[in-house]
Amino acid sequence: MAERGTFKVKSGLAEMLKGGVIMDVTNAEQARIAEEAGAVAVMALERVPADIRVQGGVARMSDPTKVKEIMETVTIPVMAKCRIGHFVEAQILEALGVDYIDESEVLTPADPENHVDKFKFSVPFVCGARDLGEATRRLAEGAAMIRTKGEAGTGDVIEAVRHIRLINKQIRQVISSPEDELVRLSKEWGAPLEILKLIQAEGKLPVVNFAAGGLATPADAALMMQLGCDGVFVGSGIFKSDKPDRRARAIVQAVTYFNDAAKLAEISEGLGEPMKGREAKSLEPQELLQTRGH
Amino acid sequence: MIVGVLGLQGDFREHLQALERMGVERRDVRTPEALQEVDALIIPGGESTTLSKLMNMYGLTPVLQKQARKGFPVYGTCAGAILIAKEVEDGKPQGLGLMDITVARNAYGRQLDSFETDLNIKTIGKFHGIFIRAPKITRCGSGTEILAEQDGDPVLVRQGAMLAGTFHPELTHDSRVHEYFLRMIG
Repeated sequence: MAERGTFKVKSGLAEMLKGGVIMDVTNAEQARIAEEAGAVAVMALERVPADIRVQGGVARMSDPTKVKEIMETVTIPVMAKCRIGHFVEAQILEALGVDYIDESEVLTPADPENHVDKFKFSVPFVCGARDLGEATRRLAEGAAMIRTKGEAGTGDVIEAVRHIRLINKQIRQVISSPEDELVRLSKEWGAPLEILKLIQAEGKLPVVNFAAGGLATPADAALMMQLGCDGVFVGSGIFKSDKPDRRARAIVQAVTYFNDAAKLAEISEGLGEPMKGREAKSLEPQELLQTRGH
Repeated sequence: MIVGVLGLQGDFREHLQALERMGVERRDVRTPEALQEVDALIIPGGESTTLSKLMNMYGLTPVLQKQARKGFPVYGTCAGAILIAKEVEDGKPQGLGLMDITVARNAYGRQLDSFETDLNIKTIGKFHGIFIRAPKITRCGSGTEILAEQDGDPVLVRQGAMLAGTFHPELTHDSRVHEYFLRMIG
């Protein structure tokens, strides 16, 4: 009997994306450029985070026409974003047949308390996290892949670094803690105990963990890989830069050769201006995307 | 014997772990030089278009094709099976032409059509198959042997020192297909 929509199949697709770059695209033309550059998947959305920041307003799921147009253009997996807790947007994206849903803080949250019950879906979900508590809560809701939240649309990598360092540190803490101390960590972090036990047994997160939020250069991508991420999402960093196709290709190469400084030097040459960006520290608290959902 | 795993992209770590469990000497292969130092290669699951581009960009394609003509063994899983094929139905990416099969990408549909099921593999027996946006092997040339089928479609095929599978044994903790590959190449 063939079984569809199992957790193994959901997390398995993320396993296939490892060592790869997932790129934000807003139309078929950008999707083609991303695929041509070697992206392992594209994220279909209406506006990249940098534009959402500038234009403001409520950010919602993309128009299905746009998602369908992108799905028809490329053969690599197509992901799309739904608002935090907006399970009907998720139902619509599943009905469209997208390959992965990002329940994302980049869009305006729809539920102040709850995330989507992701076990109810056959399509897999990826969710953002700033620390292990957040990551394990998302896993308890059925997420099959985790990514750092970083601070999307800034082109400033500091928040993504902060988040992966904290998650790594907390994983080390879980691994080295005796079982009776896990209860305390569970309480302190709001992290489901069963998942902490799983992390302790496996010595790592039970799913793939990507970097996201503020990556703009091949060096940023390699930095996140050296810090232990399994792959990277690049949002505004590509299509808000001078030469998107060259930059996209360079970031793909940097994720493969992240440990080879000589190759990284070659890869980083002559890419034109990166996205201008905005220092994450200069954002007012209400401008932060990473604090949405908890 | 040293078994290489193409480490450009995809779930190469899981293949390396399978080889580690078996106590086999193994290497992560990302350059033409590293490819020349191994006695066999596993091409992992991943995105076949990405893998193909990186192999071309970094000069691995001609080296692998040359080695394969001299009987160098290759086992491709999923994306790997696409890459070693002689023909890929929509031509995107082009197969490396190491094995006389034709492959259709994403032939079951999108991620929602990904599935897991029990297979029956010749000489191995019952084996759990995980199929993720899997391709189908639509033609098997002369000298190929079909080792397993799913609903009438070949899912594990051998030709000489080449082995192509459309499912992911590396995502289970069962090393029997890897063991078969090693026995096959002696």
